[in-house]
Amino acid sequence: MSTSSRTTKTAARPGRTLAIMALVLIALLAAVFVQGAKSIKLGLDLRGGTSVTLQPRLSPGESGTVSNAAIDQAVSIIRQRVNSLGVAESEVTAQGSGTNRQIVISVPGDTGRRVVDLVGQTAELRFRQVLVAGAPGDTSTATTTSTSVDAVTKAVTDKYSAIDCTDPVNRQGTGSDVATDPIVACDRAGTSKYILGPAEVLGRQVSKASAAINQTSGSGWYVLLTFDNDGTKAFGGLTTRVTSLSAPMNEVAIVLDGLVVSAPRINEAITSGSAQITGSFTQVEATDLANVLKYGALPLAFDRGEVQQISPTLGADQLRAGLLAGFLGLGLVLLYSLLYYRGLGVVSVGSLLVAGSITYLLFLLLGKWIGFTLTLAGIAGAIVAIGITADSFIVYFERIRDEVREGRSLRSAVETGWIRARRTIIVADFVSIIAAALLYLFAVGGVRGFAFTLGLTTLIDLFVVFIFTKPIVTVLAHLHFYSSGHPLSGFSAKSLGVLTPPLSTQTKEA
Amino acid sequence: MGKFSGLGGRLYRGETSVDFIGKRRRWYAFSGVLIIASAIALSVQGLHLGIEFKGGSAFTVKLAGASVEQARAAVTATGVPGEIIIQKVGTDRLRVQTGALSSVQSNQIQDALAAKFSIKVETIDTQIVGPSWGKEITRKALYGLFGFLIVVLLYLAMAFEPKMAIAAIVAVIHDVFITVGIYALVGFDVTPATVIGFLTILGYSLYDTVVVFDKVRENTRTITSTSKSTYSQAANLAVNQTLVRSFNTSLIALLPVGSILFVGAGLLGAGTLKDLSLALFIGLATGTYSSIFIATPLLAVLREREPAMKALAKRVSTRSTVANKVTEPASAVVATEKRGPRNQPKRNRRR
Repeated sequence: MSTSSRTTKTAARPGRTLAIMALVLIALLAAVFVQGAKSIKLGLDLRGGTSVTLQPRLSPGESGTVSNAAIDQAVSIIRQRVNSLGVAESEVTAQGSGTNRQIVISVPGDTGRRVVDLVGQTAELRFRQVLVAGAPGDTSTATTTSTSVDAVTKAVTDKYSAIDCTDPVNRQGTGSDVATDPIVACDRAGTSKYILGPAEVLGRQVSKASAAINQTSGSGWYVLLTFDNDGTKAFGGLTTRVTSLSAPMNEVAIVLDGLVVSAPRINEAITSGSAQITGSFTQVEATDLANVLKYGALPLAFDRGEVQQISPTLGADQLRAGLLAGFLGLGLVLLYSLLYYRGLGVVSVGSLLVAGSITYLLFLLLGKWIGFTLTLAGIAGAIVAIGITADSFIVYFERIRDEVREGRSLRSAVETGWIRARRTIIVADFVSIIAAALLYLFAVGGVRGFAFTLGLTTLIDLFVVFIFTKPIVTVLAHLHFYSSGHPLSGFSAKSLGVLTPPLSTQTKEA
Repeated sequence: MGKFSGLGGRLYRGETSVDFIGKRRRWYAFSGVLIIASAIALSVQGLHLGIEFKGGSAFTVKLAGASVEQARAAVTATGVPGEIIIQKVGTDRLRVQTGALSSVQSNQIQDALAAKFSIKVETIDTQIVGPSWGKEITRKALYGLFGFLIVVLLYLAMAFEPKMAIAAIVAVIHDVFITVGIYALVGFDVTPATVIGFLTILGYSLYDTVVVFDKVRENTRTITSTSKSTYSQAANLAVNQTLVRSFNTSLIALLPVGSILFVGAGLLGAGTLKDLSLALFIGLATGTYSSIFIATPLLAVLREREPAMKALAKRVSTRSTVANKVTEPASAVVATEKRGPRNQPKRNRRR
């Protein structure tokens, strides 16, 4: 028999392939230890928390399109606001592409209502006159000298005295500054604090903003600012009024989402509608300021697409249910393959365990590397993949049995069967991967988690079949237990139906 | 199990054979009835869309002993407009579903429920979906569906042959249609998780079809030169040979999906797990059915129309009549132009 079963090259070195397999597992394990990835990051639906999906749109009465840059700006504004809650691992991301990007906010824990209220408001850029300015940590009573604005009440001055702008908590956007009221605000960098007058010029009145460098005088980077008609008038009025006042009241603060981005001193009345902000800017600083001015000019409003508040109790229940379903499903699949394929079933068990460990290690690593979080839908995807993975073993096993039925020895059947099964497995898995990729591309939120794990586990399946299942079967085919067709090996003449006397019962005859 | 395995051997050698292709009209009629029933159910009853698609709010309270009446009293007292649906889910959860609400209104309902059952507001699980949200995800799901069908059609046309791709896609559309029909008929909730399920079925239903078609292709590769069987006969043998495989792969795929369904529906009562696995469960079942009973017969019909296959069918039938009359092999008489080493059946590395 040994002379008749000299076969293909791949068969010759099952040991080497298995060694590669072991190396890959060891490498993954080492990476997990090096990276210190101790646990899988769980999604909010598994540990409780609030997620809000916002669909950006233009404010009523605005024209134009929602640009990517404007959404990026919105994301950073919302991130500031969410950070003000001080909850660790909060996330604000933009998902999707083109004009249909959504902003997804997820905050763990039970802060539900505050998150929802916080993120929904429109953020707008406003120009306000500086009334009082001071050191960030100075908590002595405000010296409200000669405030020309009557609206500065005791409440405002008290708040000014109390606020400590060196504390990062006070430097988060609030989104709650009212345009028509004087406000207390911190500088974005926490270098000073202000009482500011009511907004006089709005971001939408800025028509253009850019960073430029002054080549001739060598005074460095500055920001060029152009207003539209209304803006020119309003800014002209504001600058004419304040330019003659004493510091700090001759400064105009540029305020975004309740934080002072910059507060340039007004050197002259600017009635031309075009202004320069100079200072010792670096290129990055000038560009940042120009961006704030540019995109603050397009106030975005947000449609609340979906809000989900999941209590930690439900999260724990869902996690438990997901794991239970996973173990139950895995157990049933293993039981069936052992009952049906007997000795070969051992290969299924081993392969599924290998695939399972690779999946687990990759979940750990991807959590570290790309912030992969496991959601309930993701768990479902992984469970569904158990079936797909086991299916590829069945395709192979049945092929081997077909070859044996054609009268081959087990050793040669393992090789010829592999060549044929390999193709089927690749095509079928590839279709699965196409499905997962498209699901991922078109899906929103939780669906993506499902698509991601489904795609990942299908790839792992391909890997395991090639580098573990096949070589193991080759090795086993050399064992007497299998090659002799032991009743429990899965290759007995009886179970294969080779040379069986015709049975009187004809099943399934239609 | 042993007997069933023995069946596999008989099916493989063609001793036991189910005539899937010859009796195709029967299966077509069966599927036709299902599709008509689905169309009627869909137009009369429509799909029962979850709040993710139509907009609305859902509040879930976990408290053993909380009654529907108590919850209804609390919610009605807030004066929130629209229909209010309250039901028990799982063993100890109560779900309140309303129309689209403003954040003030949803806060009112949370407060009312918290006060009624003396629980903390934070323990109420809330889901609020804006009215325009559904359009967005419906649009994306449809893009996903069409994108998938086109990409897979192209891929299968390249990996196999164009007619196999067409037959496979028809089978997939058949599966989706019947699954949607079952949803309309029974009135299961359609949520985004259900849609994921639908889309996954597409991939899975094709897995089965790919396995069968791969065997069909292998069996039919040399039929024009051997003239032993028609395309349909060869294809039918392929279906029979892969029958055990199809049964096993489907069962193995259904086991995990079934356990998600069991745990999801039994423990949690509602939600992602149940919706997803229910769609998968129904879809997998129809997918297995269609790859055997719809896709392969359809492929055979498509291929039999080709002149080469018609000629082959004629040769095979002549041959079997001749073979019945004379004892000599008929190959000396027919298929003279198909001789020579190139037209001999390929032997794949056999000894």
